[in-house]
Amino acid sequence: MNFTAKERERFDFAVIANWIPPGERVLDLGCGDGKLLRYLRETKGVFGYGVEIDHESVLGCIRNGVDVIQIDIEGGLSGIETQSFNHVIISQALQAMHGTERILGEMLRVAEEAVASFPNFAYRANRAAIADGHMPVSEDLPYEWYETPNVRFFTIADFEALCSKLGIEIRERLAFDENGQLVTDDPNLNGSLAFYRLGRKS
Amino acid sequence: MSLENSVGVVVPQRVRFNEPMTLKSGARLPGFELVFETYGTLNAARSNAVLVCHALSGGHHVAGIYADNPRNVGWWDNVVGPGKPLDTNKFFVVGVNNLGGCYGSTGPMSLNPETGKCYGADFPMVTVEDWVAAHARLADHLGIETWAAVMGGSLGGMQALEWSLQFPDRIRHAMVIASAPKLSAQNIAFNEVARQAIISDPDFHGGHYAEHGVVPTKGLRLARMVGHITYLSDSQMGEKFGRQLRHGEHKFSYDVDFEIESYLRYQGDKFAGFFDANTYLITTKALDYFDPAYAYDGDLAAALARAKASFFVASFSTDWRFAPARSREIVFALVHNRRHVAYAEIDCDAGHDSFLLDDAHYHAVLRAYLENIST
Repeated sequence: MNFTAKERERFDFAVIANWIPPGERVLDLGCGDGKLLRYLRETKGVFGYGVEIDHESVLGCIRNGVDVIQIDIEGGLSGIETQSFNHVIISQALQAMHGTERILGEMLRVAEEAVASFPNFAYRANRAAIADGHMPVSEDLPYEWYETPNVRFFTIADFEALCSKLGIEIRERLAFDENGQLVTDDPNLNGSLAFYRLGRKS
Repeated sequence: MSLENSVGVVVPQRVRFNEPMTLKSGARLPGFELVFETYGTLNAARSNAVLVCHALSGGHHVAGIYADNPRNVGWWDNVVGPGKPLDTNKFFVVGVNNLGGCYGSTGPMSLNPETGKCYGADFPMVTVEDWVAAHARLADHLGIETWAAVMGGSLGGMQALEWSLQFPDRIRHAMVIASAPKLSAQNIAFNEVARQAIISDPDFHGGHYAEHGVVPTKGLRLARMVGHITYLSDSQMGEKFGRQLRHGEHKFSYDVDFEIESYLRYQGDKFAGFFDANTYLITTKALDYFDPAYAYDGDLAAALARAKASFFVASFSTDWRFAPARSREIVFALVHNRRHVAYAEIDCDAGHDSFLLDDAHYHAVLRAYLENIST
């Protein structure tokens, strides 16, 4: 089965929404044009803000009627109070930011739980591309190397090792292949896109 | 000026309020007049009214032109008009000259009914809170129970913020642009230099210059020159003027050598030719005193707790007078209070004055927000 871009977006939204209880306070980092927040508002009645640095995306949020704060997440979230949100979401944006450790730390400072999704660079097709001598381009890594906004290239295994190092508890993980099929067998090899529920180890 | 998408020829209106008004300072005004303009049509539900608040030198003439002076274009004409970001086909837009102003509303140049002479220095100090209280009387007069939005840049943004605090149920959207929740020490310092320039002018006469038939133009000119420096960015000034010489060589005199000197003198002269010195003094003090968090031990979040409006906040990257960080203070105080807010930090080279300019992205953001306001 091949997803259209819109179906794919809806699929990602649905996976995330499944982890967000109704009526929550949500912060969406790297929120793009705010469609996920709008979806969460419409399906879950959440109250949320997007955080975004890109000018066109901020304009998109405003057009979509989504609350948005234009700041650079790389500089931290110091204006946002500790534990002031139920969930903080970073949907396919972590790989485009430099300060990974700091951002993960800030996420779990401002919210009780974090939801993160990112493309798995160790996905079978990506490995094949590298073995073939080229940087991977796929559904979940749709950019050529010379135009990619991604700056951190990591795998499911790498991410989980970092969580362990930072004392971040992985509460749930879902991995999907390029067709949107749930992967249970060796997700680091068979998963193209990974979703996590993260918390502080108590 | 092109009349395309212009509200066209406009006529100022005037309203008198006979009910005395006690000001924040404790002083009492025995009634007052406001001069204002409107553009567009108030709908039957009276739900499409937008108040545009002016900054230091602006007034009620926000958009359009005057029949007898087609070159006198409203100060925000690029934003307000049919099909423009603040679309007068959708909204009923009101511009008003603030109390203490010098464009026709009661101010230092008005006659003091107690003396029969012009108020001059005897006009009481007015604050942002007083302006908003006066705006509310105008809203009553126009039959506007609730503004769809109150908006403004700089000092105008402070009025929009104050509207959300003083009348939380009478404003649905506050649009605070290139503004700050209070002045910094540096901001106050610049204002003080401007005031001292005026007050130390020999023609100032303790503010009663009108009685002496003179105007402290030298002081007013200096005040405007200092102000103008703070409205522009270093980079833009460098780009526009650099070290360009007026006469192509160093003249070794105190006449104009550099183009920037010529520009500042021109701006100062122009301003001193029409603006009232007492209004300038009062307005800079209103800026200095504005601080909604003052009564809350400096806690802005606590001060904004009573606001109910949705907010649009915008700042400009090169604005060092009211830098983006000042707008973020407002934004995070709103987030604390779980208020709706859209905050855009706009890349623009022109410093504080950016809010008046025709920047495509800025106007797109304004338009997008205003389009989503239901009427």
